[in-house]
Amino acid sequence: MRNQSIGSSIDWITLLLYIALVIMGWMTIYSASLPLEETSIFDLSQIYGRQMLFIGLTIPIIFIILFTEAKLFERFSFVFYGIGIVLLLGLFVFGKTIKGQTNWYQFGGFGFQPSEFVKTATALLLAKYLSYSQINLKHTKDQLIGLAIVGLPVFLILLQPDAGSAMIFISLIFVLNREGLPSWYFISGIIAIALFFLSLLIQPLYIIIAILIIMIVHYVLNRKISRNPIVYGLIYLVIVAFSFSVNYVYNNVLESHQKDRINVLIGDDVDMKKEGYNLNQSMIAIGSGGLLGKGYLEGTQTKGGFVPEQHTDYIFTTVGEEWGFFGSTLVILLFVTLFLRIIYLAENQKTKFSRVYGYCVATYLFTHFFVNIAMLIKLFPTIGVPLPFFSYGGSSLWAFTILLFIFIKLDANKVNEW
Amino acid sequence: MRKIVLPAVIIISSIILIARIFYLQVIDESLKLKSENNAIKKIFDFPERGYIYDRNGKLLVANQPSYDIMVVPREIKKIDTIEFCKLLHISKADFIKKIEKAKVYSPMLPSVFLAQLNKAEYAAFQEKERKFEGFYAQKRALRDYQVKDCANIFGFITQVNDAILEKNPYYNSGDLIGKQGVEQEYEEILRGIKGVKYLLRDKHNKIIGPYKEGQFDTIAQQGKDLTLTIDHEIQKYGTELMVNKRGGIVAIEPKTGEILALVSAPTYDPAMLVGRQRSKNYTALYQDSIAKPLYDRGLQATYPPGSPFKIVTGLIGLQEQVIDEQTVVYCNHGGYFGRFIKCHCGQHTLVLNNGIYKSCNTYFETAFKRSIDKYKIPSQSIDVWSKHVKSFGLGQFLGTDMPIGAKGLVPTSKTYKRAYPNGGWRSNTIISNSIGQGEILTSPIQLANMMAVVANRGYYYTPHIVKKIKGQALDEKYTTKHYSTIDKKYFPPVIQGLADVYNVGTAYNLKVEGLEICGKTGTAENKIRVAGKTYQLKDHSIFVAFAPRENPTIAIAVFVENGYWGNRWAGPIATLMIEKYVNGKISRTDLENTMLNGSLLPEYNKIENIIYQRFPERTSEKANDSIAKREIQIGEAKKEEETN
Repeated sequence: MRNQSIGSSIDWITLLLYIALVIMGWMTIYSASLPLEETSIFDLSQIYGRQMLFIGLTIPIIFIILFTEAKLFERFSFVFYGIGIVLLLGLFVFGKTIKGQTNWYQFGGFGFQPSEFVKTATALLLAKYLSYSQINLKHTKDQLIGLAIVGLPVFLILLQPDAGSAMIFISLIFVLNREGLPSWYFISGIIAIALFFLSLLIQPLYIIIAILIIMIVHYVLNRKISRNPIVYGLIYLVIVAFSFSVNYVYNNVLESHQKDRINVLIGDDVDMKKEGYNLNQSMIAIGSGGLLGKGYLEGTQTKGGFVPEQHTDYIFTTVGEEWGFFGSTLVILLFVTLFLRIIYLAENQKTKFSRVYGYCVATYLFTHFFVNIAMLIKLFPTIGVPLPFFSYGGSSLWAFTILLFIFIKLDANKVNEW
Repeated sequence: MRKIVLPAVIIISSIILIARIFYLQVIDESLKLKSENNAIKKIFDFPERGYIYDRNGKLLVANQPSYDIMVVPREIKKIDTIEFCKLLHISKADFIKKIEKAKVYSPMLPSVFLAQLNKAEYAAFQEKERKFEGFYAQKRALRDYQVKDCANIFGFITQVNDAILEKNPYYNSGDLIGKQGVEQEYEEILRGIKGVKYLLRDKHNKIIGPYKEGQFDTIAQQGKDLTLTIDHEIQKYGTELMVNKRGGIVAIEPKTGEILALVSAPTYDPAMLVGRQRSKNYTALYQDSIAKPLYDRGLQATYPPGSPFKIVTGLIGLQEQVIDEQTVVYCNHGGYFGRFIKCHCGQHTLVLNNGIYKSCNTYFETAFKRSIDKYKIPSQSIDVWSKHVKSFGLGQFLGTDMPIGAKGLVPTSKTYKRAYPNGGWRSNTIISNSIGQGEILTSPIQLANMMAVVANRGYYYTPHIVKKIKGQALDEKYTTKHYSTIDKKYFPPVIQGLADVYNVGTAYNLKVEGLEICGKTGTAENKIRVAGKTYQLKDHSIFVAFAPRENPTIAIAVFVENGYWGNRWAGPIATLMIEKYVNGKISRTDLENTMLNGSLLPEYNKIENIIYQRFPERTSEKANDSIAKREIQIGEAKKEEETN
């Protein structure tokens, strides 16, 4: 029985989680941008009024996606990706530069960030590519193509330069790992990140001594016959070279604001009124919330406007201050439930295309979520990425909605697959 | 296995996020205190600023209560703006502007809406304070000046500016801070430390008690009183003597380095910089770029020292043994030093003694020439020479406890290397330095200190203006002797010459019966360049002295700009000051009256006319106008004092 009604096959849990997050997001924006005078919640001169409009406009977007033939997304993935790359290239000519980053197109009063669109397009193409039956990520050539699909937009975005968006793309390594990319890619990536921060915090000399000891222990305990001292030696050399190059990269490659953000994180000589201001204020706002929070619309830090850009990247500080630990935990649990639900659904897809795409959606959303909240509480360097469904802005809300609802549509369509 | 990586990462990182948030929100208390939020109101307890006394215990500066109207923009409810403005005598436009400014600073934190209301102004507001939610009065102490002079010594207090707010976390917007003078130099001692009380408020802004039983509260520490080294009797006398003149007087007690008087003219009433008129008055003083009332001529102005410098030239000659008391120099209305240099001493045969009291140029040019020619290379000898000169405290910051000062200039070989890169300069080239003209520049306080060295026969203490800080010892650097490079035995003959200046020399007409004063007149040329043309102005009148000859109690330098010659203005003023300080009364009331009533304003008027030629848009009538006005102001100030 083909083309069951969309209403009965759609995953209502995901949809309800989405609706809950969007509503909570709007309420928080309302609190963060409430002016002194009383106005209508539809007042378009106010931030929360505009966000209401943006939310309203997601409804036609959702309907268009749900009533589009599911196969089209797979069939046109090459086209979407191609358009996306062209848009990224076009930025170098027509893009608008804000705060040193050229990542927007401006049409009159309307801004458009192509990297948001490219996220979805890359996910679609990656899913399409990995769903070919002859592809095996154990093979070097397939690995390289898979990495290139992700790597091309990363490269173009780093040129803008927009480290935040690039990081989101890089997180797709989770998807490749799930689909059979050899584990050492993933593991060495994690080790490289850990080494980078350790080398800034501790003398590289101590690190290489510690690693030497760990590797010798590993070698001795490794009972495999294949253990090869030369391989161990080479790996060790690479690690040593990496550790020592960190300081060079830090001093000569990173831009000063990026250095500041890392300094703030590792607590190195920070001026709380300058580069440390944002982080300090966001921690104060969250920290002052206590167990139960100050109550909705009662946040004094929020009202005082101490936290800059509170309605966009710092929106979670309002949650922390007004809803306290319980509220923050609730929001985090809602997000986590959404991520796990998407992964669960992805694992139960009948086609590999849908599964990979679902995984991409979960990865994207999770990375945004983690990076955004972690930077507010001094667990991660300050990187401007929005909190999905919460942060103010039509472009990002619509991008996340499209990303998620394509998956909902694919999932709803699985009864038609065989 | 691969399936669980992402879910595991998601779950673990969420647990980390939740744990971290738990730590920040529930365990870490410091963030809650930091959140200067609505619920916690900080009340500051401002300690009273320390009083300032003169050396005899006369109260110079006390405090008076004043009230700042503070505003918290967010808390403003619907108020009757018209009534409010009327009450505080401000316009509605002003009101809006001030509110906007406060909002920019912070909508949440209090900022000063209207500063420094006096008691009467506050009383009117206080009655209706409850009607104006969002506004409240913050009591502060303002200065209450007991005297009308000493403005240059005290400095003033003012609201902290943004630059300091950013740098120094102690201060909040609207706090007061000392600027210039001892108020700045001893800010931390005078101000004390303010106390903070944290109070808890409920949703309706009502205070419901101390926050956390007051465990974060601090108690205010009182500011400490200062006793200055100034003797207000002669300080006041000096100020009066300098009315309608420009220049400076610095008097020092030689055996301690204590500054007895520090007069700069023109000056202003310190009370002008208190209260709501403060900023208007300050702007007026600041913009007066010709009389420069904010410029401390005693400390900051550097002039060529003129003839008083011959004292140092003579001492160096003796120390270098190129002259002795009997060395004879012939003067024929001048002398030939590569070129003919005139002299007005009127003598023919000169030794050290009459060289000093007749102020013979030729004698000291000869002494200087011999000192320089003593060594083979002039650059070597000039460095020996400047080391001697600098040992008198000339040409360097003295290190006084006033925030301002001037270095002056004592040339060294480097100075001349710059001027003559190819060499070729000799003693004759730089001969003018011998009589205090050439390159050398000194400030009045340096000259007074130089006289202290002579009075002490070879040493000085760093001049300082604070004698005692209640409950605190004086800085060691003010109790350390600094010796000059001149041996003690060379001082008596020079001092004899200085005494003879009064007995038979250039100041014989100023002799005070029964008091042996040692002094030296000076006249220094000066020129200005306006629009590419050089104008010769009236010479500066300079006088340095100390007294009594044995066990001196005062060393003084007086500088009167465009005062013709040393004996005309500076000499009488210095002598009157000394007599007043040492004898306590003035024997020559005729001279006193001449000095008190004398005015050099016509002279300054001429200079202003020259300057205004350069700026045709500022007509000379305007200049006359401003001078006339100032004269009236000063006259009024004097009258007021007399009625007091």
